[in-house]
Amino acid sequence: MAEATANGLGQHALDSARTHDATTTGFTPAEVHQEHPIKLYLVVWAWLFILSTCSYLVDYFGLHGYLRWSLILIFMILKAGLIVAIFMHMAWERLALTYAIILPPVLVLVFVTMMVFEADYTLLTRMAFFGAGP
Amino acid sequence: MAETTLAHIGRTEPRPAGWQGIAADWSSDQRAFKNVSWGKAMMWIFLLSDTFIFGCFLLSYMTARISTRVPWPNPSEVFALRIGGSDIPLILIAIMTFVLISSSGTMAMAVNFGYRRDRRKTAVLMLLTAALGATFVGMQAFEWTKLITEGVRPWGNPWGAAQFGASFFMITGFHGTHVTIGVIFLIIVARKVWRGDYDVGRPGFFTSRRGRYENVEIMGLYWHFVDLVWVFIFAFFYLW
Repeated sequence: MAEATANGLGQHALDSARTHDATTTGFTPAEVHQEHPIKLYLVVWAWLFILSTCSYLVDYFGLHGYLRWSLILIFMILKAGLIVAIFMHMAWERLALTYAIILPPVLVLVFVTMMVFEADYTLLTRMAFFGAGP
Repeated sequence: MAETTLAHIGRTEPRPAGWQGIAADWSSDQRAFKNVSWGKAMMWIFLLSDTFIFGCFLLSYMTARISTRVPWPNPSEVFALRIGGSDIPLILIAIMTFVLISSSGTMAMAVNFGYRRDRRKTAVLMLLTAALGATFVGMQAFEWTKLITEGVRPWGNPWGAAQFGASFFMITGFHGTHVTIGVIFLIIVARKVWRGDYDVGRPGFFTSRRGRYENVEIMGLYWHFVDLVWVFIFAFFYLW
């Protein structure tokens, strides 16, 4: 159980060993602590506010059809990207972790495709047996 | 550093980056996540599993909405609030979104001050995060009450497709539960920071393991995830 006991004891040694650009230069012996200027977080915060306002305005102005859906998706992806990359520090992690975490959720899109076909089929059978609508 | 299996050998040469780095990090007989602690890696993997849970909820909502012959209730009207004599669409949901994003901002700053060993600022920012989270849950309770008094039930509602209520209560209820659990843990971690547990390495009350300031960041990962899920719920359930 060397890991468990070393957790607290090694802390100060870890901190003194850390460097700011450790992740970009490659291998570091200890865990890397993320330290970035507060301004970065404030800028991201402001952007999240702007993007949320934009997606709200999509509904407020009552946009419809493909314009509405594509705008919603664009703002959603931008917001999610900012949160994961900056707030959750994914932008500074090694790719081994990034891909292990980001790739599996993307594969959910396969499931989405399958369920779109399935739901369309259900709708078709419902219309065939119950008529177009109540 | 007994913590890092590689480090005690004394290897210091730079590891490859990019695709070669992925292959090198995942190769056999070693630890795949080189510079993150197990606590952080396991939180990420937990969040990944949680992503699938919420993914399945949103998927079932999509399936229900596509496959029904009955028109789906218009969320823009369902969630409108009457303020000053006119209906403003989705206004409560928009405010909830801003509250949750603000809590994410304060959390990110708490993590930052934690690594700078600023106990006071870290604890205050975490408590502020918890307060914003509690506000969010309160507004959600208000929203639920409003919809329930208007007659929305998991098996039906006055405006359209019967599946609307089931999807709504399931998705927002599960998310609200996550926020509530997050608020509780934020308060616990904030208390530890305030007391200086992470400076003196005081054993935790549950696992008896010594905490570190990294725990603040791990807590932050969970909290940002809750915000992240809301981004998707907001887009797919409320705006679509």
